[in-house]
Amino acid sequence: MLSPALVIGTSFAYLLLLFAVAYYGDWRAAHGRSIIANPWTYSLSLAVYCTAWTYFGSVGRAASGGVWFLPIYLGPTLAMVLGWMVLRKMIRIAKAYRITSIADFIGSRYGKSPLLAGLVTLIAVVGIIPYIALQLKAVSAGYALLTLPDGGDAAAPLHWGRDSAFYVALVLAGFTMMFGARHLDAAERHEGMVAAIAFESVVKLVAFLAVGLFVVYGLFDGLADLFGRARAVPALQNLMRLEQGGTFSWTQWFALTLLSMLSVLFLPRQFQLMVVENVRESHLRRAIWVFPLYLLLINLFVLPIALGGLLYFGSGQMNAENFVISLPLAAGQQGLALFVFIGGLSASTGMVIVETIAVSTMVSNELVMPLLLRTRHFRPAAGHDLTRLLLGIRRAAILGVLVLGYLYFHLAGEVYALVSIGLISFAAVAQFAPAVLGGLYWKGATRRGALAGLLAGFLMWIYTLMLPSIAKSGWLDTAFITEGPWGLAFLKPEQLLGLQGLDGLTHSLFWSLLANVAAYVGLSLWRAPSGQEASQALLFVDVFQRQAASSPVFWRGQASVPDLLSLCERYLGLQKARRLFEDYARSVGATAVAAMAPDARLVQFVETQLAGAVGSASARVLVASVAEEEVLTPEDVLRILDETSQVRAYSRELEDKSRSLERATAELRQANEQLKSLDRLKDDFMSSVTHELRTPLTSIRALAELMRDDPDMAPGQRQQFVAIIVAETERLSRLVNQVLDMAKIESGHAEWHNTEVDLRALLAQALATTAEMFRERQCAVEVSMPAQVRTLRADPDRLMQVILNLLSNAVKFVPVSGARVAVSLTSDATGLTVQVQDNGPGVPPEQQGLIFEKFRQGGDAANRPQGTGLGLPISRQIVEHFGGRLWLESKPGQGACFTFFLPWSPATSDAAKTREGDRHEPKNSGGR
Amino acid sequence: MFKGLGAQRLVALFVGGCLLFNFPLLGLWDRDATLFGVPLFPAALFILWALLIANMAWLMERSAHKPRDD
Repeated sequence: MLSPALVIGTSFAYLLLLFAVAYYGDWRAAHGRSIIANPWTYSLSLAVYCTAWTYFGSVGRAASGGVWFLPIYLGPTLAMVLGWMVLRKMIRIAKAYRITSIADFIGSRYGKSPLLAGLVTLIAVVGIIPYIALQLKAVSAGYALLTLPDGGDAAAPLHWGRDSAFYVALVLAGFTMMFGARHLDAAERHEGMVAAIAFESVVKLVAFLAVGLFVVYGLFDGLADLFGRARAVPALQNLMRLEQGGTFSWTQWFALTLLSMLSVLFLPRQFQLMVVENVRESHLRRAIWVFPLYLLLINLFVLPIALGGLLYFGSGQMNAENFVISLPLAAGQQGLALFVFIGGLSASTGMVIVETIAVSTMVSNELVMPLLLRTRHFRPAAGHDLTRLLLGIRRAAILGVLVLGYLYFHLAGEVYALVSIGLISFAAVAQFAPAVLGGLYWKGATRRGALAGLLAGFLMWIYTLMLPSIAKSGWLDTAFITEGPWGLAFLKPEQLLGLQGLDGLTHSLFWSLLANVAAYVGLSLWRAPSGQEASQALLFVDVFQRQAASSPVFWRGQASVPDLLSLCERYLGLQKARRLFEDYARSVGATAVAAMAPDARLVQFVETQLAGAVGSASARVLVASVAEEEVLTPEDVLRILDETSQVRAYSRELEDKSRSLERATAELRQANEQLKSLDRLKDDFMSSVTHELRTPLTSIRALAELMRDDPDMAPGQRQQFVAIIVAETERLSRLVNQVLDMAKIESGHAEWHNTEVDLRALLAQALATTAEMFRERQCAVEVSMPAQVRTLRADPDRLMQVILNLLSNAVKFVPVSGARVAVSLTSDATGLTVQVQDNGPGVPPEQQGLIFEKFRQGGDAANRPQGTGLGLPISRQIVEHFGGRLWLESKPGQGACFTFFLPWSPATSDAAKTREGDRHEPKNSGGR
Repeated sequence: MFKGLGAQRLVALFVGGCLLFNFPLLGLWDRDATLFGVPLFPAALFILWALLIANMAWLMERSAHKPRDD
């Protein structure tokens, strides 16, 4: 045993740590760096499903029933498979309409009915209080086990002043008030609380795995050893089998799976963490598989611990629900036992905190607020701030729920086993399933149907499950179970109408869900939904089909902005209300709050904001108190829906148009840029051309003036001048021709006379033409070409122009001595390549790009040879016209090498195709 | 709501899971045998469960970067 001081000290140290984590979570949220905005935190927080019931009760169940502890965890796994559809829809709805709890969800769906929300709250309170008591009992039992010498009769409650559970309940009430009712808006997230819950989930998993590993590998020699020894004991053999000696009750197995499947979605605490506290829908993706994985891990060692405990202590010697603590304790591992107790403490505190927040929100919003609003005395003057009162109500509700839980534990603690309380609670919340699931997918469901269904299911649950369990614990005469009330056998609560062969839970679940669904469907079909119900049905069922901006507003009436503002100020606080209105005014483009039109959308905005604080049913009553609302008929709802969808269609059309307009603008802008740059090019070209024309003109004019002014000029001199003038004129006309040529090619007006060209012959002819030039410069020419090449469809004159240009370029730059030019022709599968290599100075890298531009010549100005500077640009244009490429490879000092490549088929070049226009004939690949 | 390939796969997985963990398929594992020293029935339950979770993880995480499929 351990000293009470140590256990209490450790427990409170742990609870302090919890406060620290929650405080840190809130602090981070206040600084905009949320730690719960993370899929892992979200997934872990869902593990609040695993309470003390899992932690202690599963082992107890496994010790008596083998695998029967599993359906409670298989059900949630299966439910999570569909979570991506069902839960995501619930999250989307809750976010859009600021839903604060499952009671709010159901009430809001069926026309914002306060009555329905109140009924749901009542069911939740009745169903959940025992469950909270169960958690306190687990803590108290664990404490007794650790501190009493003989392990203690754990179930006997102590005087409250000496009862650890009482103090735990008080600390938890403090924690819940601090982190669960800090701000008024219950639809806002409780970041610190969620962080603490996620932390608790880690602690309980680690503690449970630790004790599991200890039992399997510390007390036994691994899994095989443990199971081997258990198989040797006949009494334990059955625990590892399905049928356990008798017939397996498939119906009960199925009922438990279904029950837990529904509970994981509709337990108030699960709804709180899965739906209300969800930060981002996408986090659900991770949670869908991490949460079931968590369930698997925490159940991994349940059966080994149960078998290990039964082997270690012997059957029936110890309460199996305490094996997780009593096993390490018996083995002398006091530290581990204390750690496991802390794990159990975290399992129960986590559940109590979240359940209390959820239930107290329901109680204050759906029970207390509507009653207050109905009281005639409760008509506070405008400007009176009610936020403190609202927070006070919520805090009182928290305390009330916990005190009720403690009282229940104190009164009934000794009579219930853990498992049965848990399942009774599950069966109560399962009654929400038809109203919620039907409400999500069936537009025809009505408020009347939901009310009748819930009521019928709840009454049936009380009669067939709650009363028998109370009777069995000795508070009622059991005769009404065995004989039936007033001796009427067909009313026996566990064999209603003589239905036999089902266990109590399955029997109750069957009858209550049957009555529930029958009343829900039957009454829904009896009368068509009213306008208010139909509008809420549309908003819920079609939530994925609309965005907030385009969702229809089902409200008609008269309201005024100051009234709405003062209403918000009263219930949300002065500053918050002002800020909300200013933000809203900005979002609708109004200049000031007062300038806003009090339209239906504003009313809806105000109502949604109030719903986050007081629940949607109360919010509706509040708005109705300041605005004159017209009652909507179902026809009105349809008309509004129609209008909204028309508006949506128009806005979509408008969006399309503005998009295409934007596209057109962009295209125009691009075209304009292109034109501007072309214009600049043209200017450059013009100035270059005029510059090039002026040089020969200047010399012609100078010589002509000399001859005019000096009639006595010597004939020899005159002859020389005239020769220069003729040469310059030739240069001028060559220049003009080339400019014209260039312009024609560029504009696509050049004439091309395409025939089959033998490039070999063409090259030879070009070399012959330039032979004189080479001889003059004493330049050696090396020619290498294949004996035969395929012909190419092209304009021979143009190609000749290119080759001559390259040859004359080469000869211009060769050195005076040892001049050498190499010409080669090669052909391959794709086309022909002609190379002209000289051994001149080469082209410096920075000029290699420039020489293909118009009027740019290689070399510096001083020793620039004769030429117009248009040869290479024209050549390149010609080669490109035939789909080829002309390029230069040169390193300074190693000569220049101009190469052009012509493909066999020019079709590869789009540019060539368009320029050639309609005179282009596709060349057949067969050659000649 | 239940349109889209992803959603249909999830529904199929749900139906498969319900079948696997109920009458009569679950009863097929109830044999007097062991798997690495662990009785076959509990071992099979946990392995099937793990496989189901692995499938869920695969379906959820692989489409995490795709547009919504509802």
